[in-house]
Amino acid sequence: MIEVKGVRKSFGDLEVLKGIDLVVEKGEVISVIGASGSGKSTMLYCVNALESIDSGHIIVDGVDVHSRDTNVNRLRTNIGMVFQQWNSFPHLTTLENVALAPRIVLGKSKQEALEIARKQLEHVGLVDKLDVYPSRMSGGQQQRLAIARALAMEPNYMLFDEVTSALDPELVGEVLDTLRLLSDEGMSMIVVTHEIGFARDVSDRVAYFHEGKIEELGPPSQVLDNPESQQTRKFLANVR
Amino acid sequence: MGSSSVFTGFQFSDLGFLAEAAGRTLLISALAISIGTFLGCIFGWILSVTRVVGDATLGVVLDVFRSVPLIIQLILFYNFFPIIGFDLNPFAAGTVVLVFYTSALVAAVVRGGISATPSATRRAARSLGMTYWQDLRYIVWPIGLRAVLPSWAGVALGVLKDSALVSVLGYVELLRASQILITRTQEPFLILIIVGAFYFALSFPISRLTARLERTWQYD
Ligand SMILES: Nc1ncnc2c1ncn2[C@@H]1O[C@H](COP(=O)(O)OP(=O)(O)OP(=O)(O)O)[C@@H](O)[C@H]1O
Ligand SMILES: [Mg+2]
Repeated sequence: MIEVKGVRKSFGDLEVLKGIDLVVEKGEVISVIGASGSGKSTMLYCVNALESIDSGHIIVDGVDVHSRDTNVNRLRTNIGMVFQQWNSFPHLTTLENVALAPRIVLGKSKQEALEIARKQLEHVGLVDKLDVYPSRMSGGQQQRLAIARALAMEPNYMLFDEVTSALDPELVGEVLDTLRLLSDEGMSMIVVTHEIGFARDVSDRVAYFHEGKIEELGPPSQVLDNPESQQTRKFLANVR
Repeated sequence: MGSSSVFTGFQFSDLGFLAEAAGRTLLISALAISIGTFLGCIFGWILSVTRVVGDATLGVVLDVFRSVPLIIQLILFYNFFPIIGFDLNPFAAGTVVLVFYTSALVAAVVRGGISATPSATRRAARSLGMTYWQDLRYIVWPIGLRAVLPSWAGVALGVLKDSALVSVLGYVELLRASQILITRTQEPFLILIIVGAFYFALSFPISRLTARLERTWQYD
């Protein structure tokens, strides 16, 4: 379970998160929608300690993420993250991209790490690209590589930050299909997305972010199709 | 030409003299390049993490080493060391100056190499649970090395040639040895060709090795 409790965060004078409360249950898929600059990415970064918080708490499987005693590197292996830009490691082949962290972070043997990598690349449909360098692959393939790389750490949670926003339209589908597959397998995920249709399909709940707060939170049938908040309605009218 | 008797032509034993001097050039260059590269990596890393503060302090010092002509640095430091109580021989003084000169050049190269990895890529590495040092070792280092190896080779080859300036301190390296022989034999053409060949032989491994590494590291 991920518990975000009263989290506040400022960059200088700009308060980006103004008291966020959100609980992600095991196996739950939560989509986060909202305007640019509303703090969606910042919240994800705070969940795996890539950003600090000013007040509040984030607890992941009982571990207080921002406590001084927390080993953030260990914590991050439990929370996979995929970004808008795929961030492949350009000097490593697809297989090596995925095998690196299991070997050096989890301490697996080279053989085990390669085995894990191969399995995860098969999982995302890249088994024919094992020895290819990322620069030879499409954005959609590299994004699936990034997903496999995160999955190789066997995380309990996955965070997705607008993973299809930088893709050519014809490549969006293959990445969303991969996310659907993970959701079907029961992965707990927070998915920041502008793909409203996708959010409706896969989410258990949808959170609408507005200016650093969660303006509305509920099942897709409520938030996306029958929003209570005026703000939510306005936002949805604009993205459609 | 009555005075021709004080000159003696180029002899086979002179080749040994030149080879010995080439050995000294090799020694001082190898020391400067290896220690200077090591220090340059550390300095470049410090510059890249301290940014503004680093630029205003270490960056300025390194700029001095990079911009003041090496020959002036050599003479200044050679005369300065005894004042602060280090009576260094020409070899030691020359080595120290060359090391810092090299490290200043390498620091700029290393800094560029570190910036070859986008911060987003480094954040992705950290998101997998890599420590700061693992990110540096497994992501930033190999990407940076591939990006700046040609520049580093340029620095190394430059230092090899610049090491000739240590001769102003009286250290008999390859260039100084050739001057001595030219004065004696009055055969500048032959001797300069031989000395040029020696420099080429010393440089050749550096340029070949880096060219080979570049080829094996191609990934796109
Ligand atoms: N490192 C930073 N330093 C300063 N300001 C930042 C930093 N990161 C984000 N911000 C600011 O915080 C605000 C929220 O940014 P954030 O990236 O969380 O928004 P977002 O909801 O993800 O937007 P988008 O849909 O454009 O990705 C923005 O105004 C942004 O400019
Ligand atoms: Mg964002």
